[in-house]
Amino acid sequence: MKKVFEKPKMLTDVPFHYCPGCSHGIVHRMVASAIDKLNAEKVIGVAPVGCAVFAYDYFNCDMQEAAHGRAPAVATGIKRTNPDAIVFAYQGDGDLASIGMAEIVHAAARSENITVIFINNAIYGMTGGQMAPTTMIGQKATTCQQGRSVELNGYPIHVSEMLAQLQGPCYIERVSTHDVKHVKQAEKAIDRAFRNQAEGKGFSLVEVLSSCPTNWGKNPLDAMKWVEEEMCKIYPLGVFKDTAKEEK
Amino acid sequence: MEDKVLMKGNEAIAEAAIRGGCRAFFGYPITPQNEIPEYMSVRMPEVGGVFIQSESEVAAINMVYGAGGTGVRAMTSSSSPGISLKQEGISYICGAEIPCVIVNMVRSGPGLGGIQPAQCDYFQAVKGGGHGDYKMLVYGPNSVQECMDLMYNAFDKAFEYRIPVMILGDGMLGQIMEPVTLPPMKDMSKDIRPDWATDGTRFGKQHRVINSLYIQPDELEAVNHKLFAKYDLMAEKETMCEEYLCEDAEIVLTAYGTVARIVKSAVDMLREQGHKVGMIRPITLFPFPTANYEKIANMSNVKEIMSIELSMGQMIEDVKLSVNGKKPVKFYGRCGGNVMTAEDIVAEVLKEEK
Repeated sequence: MKKVFEKPKMLTDVPFHYCPGCSHGIVHRMVASAIDKLNAEKVIGVAPVGCAVFAYDYFNCDMQEAAHGRAPAVATGIKRTNPDAIVFAYQGDGDLASIGMAEIVHAAARSENITVIFINNAIYGMTGGQMAPTTMIGQKATTCQQGRSVELNGYPIHVSEMLAQLQGPCYIERVSTHDVKHVKQAEKAIDRAFRNQAEGKGFSLVEVLSSCPTNWGKNPLDAMKWVEEEMCKIYPLGVFKDTAKEEK
Repeated sequence: MEDKVLMKGNEAIAEAAIRGGCRAFFGYPITPQNEIPEYMSVRMPEVGGVFIQSESEVAAINMVYGAGGTGVRAMTSSSSPGISLKQEGISYICGAEIPCVIVNMVRSGPGLGGIQPAQCDYFQAVKGGGHGDYKMLVYGPNSVQECMDLMYNAFDKAFEYRIPVMILGDGMLGQIMEPVTLPPMKDMSKDIRPDWATDGTRFGKQHRVINSLYIQPDELEAVNHKLFAKYDLMAEKETMCEEYLCEDAEIVLTAYGTVARIVKSAVDMLREQGHKVGMIRPITLFPFPTANYEKIANMSNVKEIMSIELSMGQMIEDVKLSVNGKKPVKFYGRCGGNVMTAEDIVAEVLKEEK
C-alpha cells in the first residue's frame, strides 16, 4: 500500500498539550515537515514563553527555551556561533510583539539568517486570555472585558507590515490556518522561510493567523470562522517582503 | 621570553578572554567598560570568533544564553545599570546551567548613579541578583595582572561547574594601566562540545534541551539542591584569599578589589609607625573564604576586624557571618564614586587604637 501521509521525523512522540481547535498543532507539523524537507544535519530550535513553551518537547531536534520575548536574541547567539545549523524561533504574539519587540526588530534589521514562526491569535493564551498587542479593536479579553478600546489601549500592531519596512529581512509573509486551502498556502510559506535560511538568504518570518477557541470563548469551528471573517480583515494575508522577487 | 605589555584592565580582560578560548562576545556600550567591546570588535574576528553589539543588555545576555547553550565559550561585559538589565538572563542561565563569563566594571549607584568606581554591586553579585535561588562564581581581582589571570581560566571553571563566572571589577580597575604578562593562547582546535550542549547534531544522539522550566515541584526542588551541591563543591575547591601580615596583627583590615591595594599601602604605613595591622583580602567573593576569616577571628592577638569598602557596607555582612560574633567588626567606606586614600584609612585605624 502506498503511504500518502506520515508524521514528520522532526516531531517527537510526546502528545501535544494544546487545546482542541488550537492552531499550534497544525503549525508545529508544518514547521517539522519544512525542516524534514531540508535534510539538515544540524537543527536548533528556540521555544518561547507562552502556550508553545513546551515546544522543546515536541520538536525532535536540539531546543533551547528562551526567556519571554528573547527568542530572537537567543537564536542570534546560536546561529552566529553555529552557522552550519538551521536555527528557528517559534513565538506567540505577546512574546514577539509585546515584551520581545526590540529583539525581533533588531534580529530582522541585522538580517540574522534565521527563521521565525510568529503565531498571531490576538490573545495571551497561556496566562488565560489577557489583551495582546495584536488584540483587535472591540475584541474582548480578560484585561479589556468591554472590548479593546482605542482610548485606553491604542491600536493593535501589524508586525509583518512593520518589519517589512526594514531593509534587513529577506522574506515576510502572513498566512492563515482557517481552512485546508490556507493551511496549504501556509505550508508553502513556511517551507520557503526555511529554504531561505538553508540558502543563506537572511531573515525570514512567517506570521500565522491562528485560533484560540479556549480564550476566545468559541467552539473550534466558530473559532476558525472568526479567523477567516474577523482576523483576515484586520490582518490581510500576503507577502510583505520578498527580496528574491525584488531582485528579478 | 616573557611577553610583557602595558594594558588597561578592560583590555587585559578582553585579551585574556580570547587567550582563554572565548569565541563569542555580545555587549552593549556603557561607561566605564567600553574598552572591552571595542577591543573585542577588533580582536574577535582575528581568531574566527563572533562579536555583536547588541540592541540592549537584555539581548546581549540572551545571545550569551544561546551561544553558551551550544557549548561555545561566550561572554558579555557591562557596568552596574547594564548588569541590572542582564539579571533576568543571568537567572535563566543559572537555571539552565549554561557556562559563560559576565564582567561587571562597577560604577556608583543606585539608579543611573555615576561613572566613578564603586563596590555597591557586591550584594547583587554574590547573593544572586535576579530571581530564584542561585549563585555565580564571583572573582574580585585587584590588579590588571589578576584580571588577566582570573579571566584566562574563568571559562575552564564555568564549564567545569556549568555556571556563569562573574568578574567583579570597578571603573578604576578597568581604566588603570599596568604591565602584564600575557598567557599563551589555549588550543581550542580540539574543543569538543560537552554532552549537554544543544549543538544541533540530529543523528546519533537524543535531542537535547536547554531549559530552566520545571513544572513539577519535586523536580524543581531536586534542581535547586543540585545547584547548591555545586556551590558547596565550589566552596571546597575554588575559594581564594590573600592574607597579609595577619600573624601578629591586632587590627585586621579587610577589603577586596582595588580597595585592597589602598588598604595594603595603609597597612605598610601603619607598620612603619609600629602598629600591628594586617589585611585579609577575598579573591573569590562567592564562594566567600569563610574559613580564613574564622581563623583570623580565633587568633588571640586579633582584637578587631575592619571592613573597608566603596559602598555603605555590603561585604561586611559576609565578614560578620564568618567572624560570627567572635570579634568586633567595624566599617569604613566611601561611596558615590569617591575613593579613600591610604592616609584616610590610617586615620580611621588610629581612631580605633585610641
